[in-house]
Amino acid sequence: MYREVILDHYKNPRGHGAIEGAHAHAEGQNPLCGDEVSIFVRFGDDGETIDDVGFEGRGCAISQAATSMLTEMVKGRKAADVAALPKEDLLEEIGIPLTPIRLKCAILGLGVLKVALHRAKGTPLPAEWQGLADDLTI
Amino acid sequence: MAVSPATTLDTERLRADFAVFDELVNGKPVAYLDSASSTQKPRQVLDAMREFYEHSYANVHRGVYTLAERATEGYEGAREKVRAYINAPSNREVIFTRSATEALNLIAYSWGLENLGPGDVVVITELEHHANFVPWQYIASKTGAQFAHIPIDDYGELQLDALDEIATRGNIKVVANNLVSNTLGTINPVEKLAVWAHDHGAIMVVDAAQAAPHRHIDVQALGCDFLAFSSHKVCGPSGVGALWGKRELLDAMQPFNFGGEMIRSVSLERTSWNELPYKFEAGTPAIAEAYGFGIALDYVSEVGLDAIEAHERDLVGHAMASLGEIPGLRIFGPPADRRTGIVSFEVANVHPHDVAQILNWEGIAVRAGHHCTQPLMTRLGVAATTRASFYLYSTHEEIDRLVAGLLKVKETFGA
Repeated sequence: MYREVILDHYKNPRGHGAIEGAHAHAEGQNPLCGDEVSIFVRFGDDGETIDDVGFEGRGCAISQAATSMLTEMVKGRKAADVAALPKEDLLEEIGIPLTPIRLKCAILGLGVLKVALHRAKGTPLPAEWQGLADDLTI
Repeated sequence: MAVSPATTLDTERLRADFAVFDELVNGKPVAYLDSASSTQKPRQVLDAMREFYEHSYANVHRGVYTLAERATEGYEGAREKVRAYINAPSNREVIFTRSATEALNLIAYSWGLENLGPGDVVVITELEHHANFVPWQYIASKTGAQFAHIPIDDYGELQLDALDEIATRGNIKVVANNLVSNTLGTINPVEKLAVWAHDHGAIMVVDAAQAAPHRHIDVQALGCDFLAFSSHKVCGPSGVGALWGKRELLDAMQPFNFGGEMIRSVSLERTSWNELPYKFEAGTPAIAEAYGFGIALDYVSEVGLDAIEAHERDLVGHAMASLGEIPGLRIFGPPADRRTGIVSFEVANVHPHDVAQILNWEGIAVRAGHHCTQPLMTRLGVAATTRASFYLYSTHEEIDRLVAGLLKVKETFGA
């Protein structure tokens, strides 16, 4: 069953909403579920620390809850660290077994965030996330 | 096996033919409610295919030895079974393809590229499966033909009064429609559309993938020019489908694939085509699968299409009545008496993938998604639906488990 925490994030998403004047932004979708996620990031004065992160989206509970959990995980961390964040860290946070199909729902938000950060910093997207066009299609 | 088809189904006896129903999923017996996507296979089909491979397998048509003769006999015997199943006038008009999708592509490419141009109109419907939508959209754009659609009403039924306006747009050349909608189960008025198409000098293309497993198909009574269906939705193996077309149309068409088997003679200067149906069967076909397709049609015919249709009507009535009692659950499509055994629905505030996930934990297999009908999803105003679909082996008990599972979904989401 879905863990209570997932349902809670789905019904009461954290970091929900666009951020005006965001320093980094990207959108992505999972055509299979019809999940859509847009992520906005604002950096602190050092240009490195993620001061604020918000998202908008619609789709299944896994995709939306995972993105909500992600915003809590990355706030206050360095952009470079988050850009290199292994997906296993997020999956551990989600904490339920996922089939390969649902895995895509779970990591959609993380992929979009990585696209946003790498694009803002002008660094190349890691190989495992590449081939996903300008905006992420998982 | 029985000679005269039964009028009611002995589901318990039929289920014994399907080993998959002994399977446990998440510790529970599987409730397979995704037959519109693909049906399960009875041991009669599996045994026959194994026997065929063990005693009668070789490549078809070209060999002069005994195994090749047996294989050819099995393959051509299946063609005759397909012909009889759809009451086609001749088995030369029956072409084995990879799938219903490939059959529809064959028509769009081989007929469409030669016969469509600017000023012509291709007519499809808003509830078409992508397989009978995208090929026509592509070929229309390639040839400069217009691409028009017949809209549906709120019950998911075709609005035929739109035809008059569509007729003013140009030369109507093709009308393509599924006999049964794979998403809503709507039974479409293909006979009427065929008359309208012919009145306007157009051909009528019927996607019967979702109809052929569930009701009698008679291409002559339908009055269509082409009809496609697949094996895997009729208890047969995947990887093989059938196209029927009127001989004069098939004769006038160019091949779709080129290679072995489809030629009469090949020289450095020129190549001439083989006769029907081989002109459209380049390369080694899915031999044992075609054979199994024929056995599956025998199986379904012996169970009896009238009985299957009545059984599904009973199931869909039960499903719509029970699901209709769940608050916040909305069923799409026409009333039970105007659809086959398909029920698409949404649960308020729960995404269909979450619905399907939670049902899977209960051992219940349903499909969640757009069902390859995105224009229909747009019309219904949803990104996706959950779909339960039934077949000859489906039971009331499985539907009751679905209802209990959906109550669990609502409880989980507090929806």
